[in-house]
Amino acid sequence: MVNTALLRWIVLMPLFGVLFHTFVAPRLSRQSSSLVGPGVVGVAFALALVAFWRLWALEEGGALVDRMFSWIAVGHVQVVAGLRFDALSAVMTLIVTGVGFLIHVYSTGYMEHDEDSVRFFLYLNLFMLAMLLLVLGDSILLFFVGWEGVGLCSYLLIGFWYEKNENADAGKKAFIVNRIGDAGFLLGLMLLFWSLGAKGVWTLDFAEFRAHADAISPAIATAVGLLLFVGATGKSAQIPLYVWLPDAMAGPTPVSALIHAATMVTAGAYMIARMSFLYVLSPTALHVVAAIGVTTALFAASIGLVQNDIKKVLAYSTVSQLGYMFLAMGVGAFSIGIFHLMTHAFFKGLLFLGAGSVIHGMGGEQDIRKMGGLRAKMPITFWTFAVACCAISGVPLFSGFFSKDVILFEAYNSEYGHPALWAIGAFAALLTAFYMFRLLFLTFFGECRADHHTAEHVHESPPAMTVPLAVLAVLSIVGGYVGLPEGWLWGDRFSEFLAPVLPLHGHEQHSAGLETLLMTVSILAAAAGIALAYVFYVRSPEIPGGLTARLRGLYDALLNKYWVDELYGATVVGGTFWLANALWRFVDATLIDGTVNGVGKVIQLQSSLWRRVQTGNVQHYALTFLGGVILVIGYFLLH
Amino acid sequence: MVPVQYYLALAGILFAIGAVGVALRRNVIVMFMSIELMLNAANLAFVAIARGLHSMDGQVIVFFVMTVAAAEAAVGLAIILASFRNRTTLDAAQLSSLKW
Repeated sequence: MVNTALLRWIVLMPLFGVLFHTFVAPRLSRQSSSLVGPGVVGVAFALALVAFWRLWALEEGGALVDRMFSWIAVGHVQVVAGLRFDALSAVMTLIVTGVGFLIHVYSTGYMEHDEDSVRFFLYLNLFMLAMLLLVLGDSILLFFVGWEGVGLCSYLLIGFWYEKNENADAGKKAFIVNRIGDAGFLLGLMLLFWSLGAKGVWTLDFAEFRAHADAISPAIATAVGLLLFVGATGKSAQIPLYVWLPDAMAGPTPVSALIHAATMVTAGAYMIARMSFLYVLSPTALHVVAAIGVTTALFAASIGLVQNDIKKVLAYSTVSQLGYMFLAMGVGAFSIGIFHLMTHAFFKGLLFLGAGSVIHGMGGEQDIRKMGGLRAKMPITFWTFAVACCAISGVPLFSGFFSKDVILFEAYNSEYGHPALWAIGAFAALLTAFYMFRLLFLTFFGECRADHHTAEHVHESPPAMTVPLAVLAVLSIVGGYVGLPEGWLWGDRFSEFLAPVLPLHGHEQHSAGLETLLMTVSILAAAAGIALAYVFYVRSPEIPGGLTARLRGLYDALLNKYWVDELYGATVVGGTFWLANALWRFVDATLIDGTVNGVGKVIQLQSSLWRRVQTGNVQHYALTFLGGVILVIGYFLLH
Repeated sequence: MVPVQYYLALAGILFAIGAVGVALRRNVIVMFMSIELMLNAANLAFVAIARGLHSMDGQVIVFFVMTVAAAEAAVGLAIILASFRNRTTLDAAQLSSLKW
């Protein structure tokens, strides 16, 4: 534990950016924001590298801490606003600032012609601020500030082009669905706080939680774990709360890359890794996490097979890949989940940026049925996109291969694992390979299906966009080599680095033969998916049409995303509307208004009787007065 | 010497006349005069009792009552005058617009 004020500067950098874009940039030219916006994130990345270097120099299990100020002091509870840079935070901070920096640079090209680019960079910087608080906060309260902050930025950026109603609606949907998850998260947080408090430990600090983990009973651990996981399903788009993420593609493409693929949506996985000491106390919670994760992976991959919007395919692929991360978490391989989180950040960020480059070059077209043949016109985009496709599909020696392969291995071999988990995961990997290469072939191969005007104007993107693509492509290849399978060259250095924070749980004796077998199956799955996509979309393009005609029902179900949106609309949304309507009409309009107006009516009625006493004739008053005096005097005389 | 009771009886009669006048007569001026009559009936009772009890208190109060009566006469007549100018009537039954 080393105290350093370095950490607060990492967080303050984006804050400077926010302040600059709020107060200064509107008075300057728009170019200033494309300088400062990426600039502050670049500095934050440099500072994060310095912090990482200093962490590296510490002994194993060390951490940099920065206790900034006393935030809340009530009774037994002392909360210090503190930042903590341990192995897990280090990985996350480097991903967030590194990929974030590249996407900021990319945005300067992508948003060049947008009138509102200052507001765009303001939101992006604000997002970086919140995300860094999330990954660096050393208490769950500061974490929660970041957690809500990224949710807000997500809402703001999905609805960035708010003139179109559907964009604003998508923003609201994301926000509301996340609130549902957050309700679960808050309940879990309160339950944890209260149950530890009942044992005399009043704390909100991650390290304190961890130190007193043995005071948590298994039942409480299960309840807290499941409630926190509800929050994670909202933020990280897992069943049943994944519905917002595909709609979130309404935002500008760099936002989809940064927030809805590389960083924010992984916050749920990060949270579970951070709370891993709690999850290992409850096998039930872990099983639920693994089951939901693998189901989501398969479910979203199947929807991704037939989507025609380039960003929608990537969105469902993100949901599916997040499912893999939760599968890894659920079988106790927390560090492997974080490993996949990192490689996913590289290749999925790259895929979205590539998609953005395509959309940019096609003048806003997003339908892959109207693309095709872009390979020659956009060579850099094509090659980087192809690298990312290989990485996500698990082609050997690309980064996604290593991370996904270990996840599948652990799903089979871990104490918490099950062959069924592995089988579903492997099948989802086949689907992944298929739909990613379908996307690649439809976009870049064959004849151009765009109209003549668009096809003429297709052009490669400016260097501000292609350079980040190239960097991410390199990372998508080499990013996996920090975590090779056991026994290969230097082995899994990534998990070793994370081990002090995230020990491998339920890890069974390693068997080289089994690993080779499972690896062969995953390679075959990926190869089969790619081969199928090649046959379907390059060699004989008439097959998909015939197949959809024969499997009409299945195709419709997939194309309409299993009608989940409609189902939610009819049950949850419709139910809420019905309830709100009933509350309004009955409770509000009838009960409350009735009571208030009724009291007024009664008073009015009896007053209208009594007012007749007041005739206005002064002599009536005098007579009444006289009568009263006589009565009073008479009373006293008689007594 | 005339006994105090005689004075009190006279005061009572005068007061009753005044009260009936206020309650029954329609003319505002007459009602006003009846009020004066009631005030002076009270004055008479005060003076008589002060004399009977050999105390100055009652006589002092009479001065206050006379002062109030004078002020009331000034204000009351002014109000009646203003009201008459507006409504051209002195009938109390018709001056009944001060109600809801």
